[in-house]
Amino acid sequence: MSFLAIARATLAKDVRLEWRSKDAINAMLFFSLLVVVIFSFAFDPTAEESRRIAGGLVWVAFLFAAIVALNQTWARELRNQVLDAYRVSPAPATPLFIAKALGNFLFVGVLEVLMTPLFVMFYKLRPLGLGWELVPVALLGTWALVVNGTFFAAMSLRTRAREIMLPLLLFPLSIPALLGMVNATTAILTGEESPAFWIALLVAYDVVFTTACLLLFETVLEAE
Amino acid sequence: MADNQSTPVISADGLIKQFGRFAALRGVSAEFSASKLYVVLGDNGAGKTTLLRIIAGLAHPTRGTVSVLGSKEIKDVRAQIGYMAHPSLLYDEMTGMENLRYFAELYEIPAGGVEQRCRDAITSVKLDPDLDRPVGQYSQGMRQRMSLARALLNDPKLLLLDEPFSNVDARSAAEMAALVAQARDRGKSVFVVTHQPAQLEGYADEFIWMEAGRIVNRTTSLQVAAR
Repeated sequence: MSFLAIARATLAKDVRLEWRSKDAINAMLFFSLLVVVIFSFAFDPTAEESRRIAGGLVWVAFLFAAIVALNQTWARELRNQVLDAYRVSPAPATPLFIAKALGNFLFVGVLEVLMTPLFVMFYKLRPLGLGWELVPVALLGTWALVVNGTFFAAMSLRTRAREIMLPLLLFPLSIPALLGMVNATTAILTGEESPAFWIALLVAYDVVFTTACLLLFETVLEAE
Repeated sequence: MADNQSTPVISADGLIKQFGRFAALRGVSAEFSASKLYVVLGDNGAGKTTLLRIIAGLAHPTRGTVSVLGSKEIKDVRAQIGYMAHPSLLYDEMTGMENLRYFAELYEIPAGGVEQRCRDAITSVKLDPDLDRPVGQYSQGMRQRMSLARALLNDPKLLLLDEPFSNVDARSAAEMAALVAQARDRGKSVFVVTHQPAQLEGYADEFIWMEAGRIVNRTTSLQVAAR
């Protein structure tokens, strides 16, 4: 079975569907924009205060916004029960999961690229640590959000209140990752300590949860 | 593998399916031969779709076993099954060709042959493969045909069709019935669940009447089955 070909075709299909509908990206952008603007009105932090709170603010905004993309990922497979067409095919479950997680990673990544300059501008952010270290934090943190999010969105697919169920399942499990992302980001922005420990935590989190999700996804997909 | 007509293409033994306290199937045991067109009839809730979903591997029996194309592991024979459900199983935002190209990847149709296979599947259901319109903008009849094209894409040995004629006009339904019969004539085993069995009268090899989760009658004529 051509694992890569199926994953690539599924990812291309998801990107095409999102490009045509723009359902997820529009909703995520609108939500994040609201967070940036409302928080900038609610607080008027100094540059130093901004460096301390921005990590939490940015990642919580991205986490909430990502929920939209995560729900949308599987919602489009439920319309016309298209997921059943995948389930009756000989294609294995894993490429579907990988493609969905990569698709979400891409959509949330686009959101981050578009929103980060606005965060920098509104909160007058200038890292005192090594700015490039924000890149691995962003990559690892985003993957941590989307890998579990993709898995739990699939799990809550057949529940009635799936849009409520996803955050209920995802948020508690994301706390260690969120701690890593926020503390690493704050460490880099303030330059007071090394983010190495938090980055290592994110690596470990990603490895453990990616493996668990890959191992369990077939059971989730085959469930009635 | 069911490679000759003497081996049953589907063999069900004591199939029971419970949804909570509701029993959708109450002990279905039956065998169905290869290269035949079977029409499954019955009222709503008779268990027709549940039986079809179990055969397709989309649902698991609470008790009992089913063997499809000679295998009790339906996973192993999925490449040889074509399935058409009541919903279209198609992405509304993509054209017919885009849909089929994606599903062709899932069935590992060799890259060089994908384009031709997709075009053949679409023309076989009398649609235009060059129609540059998303499936969501198709008429119901066109969508049903495209759904049948998707089910035929992998050139399956066993074709499972759930309500292929629902919400389509009489002419389209008659055309689809002829397409289904042609599939049987090409050697495929066809299993159709429908509320419009008259569409397949003259084509069907056997009518299977279900009631309250059981097969209660099997006849070669619709009139006899109805009695």
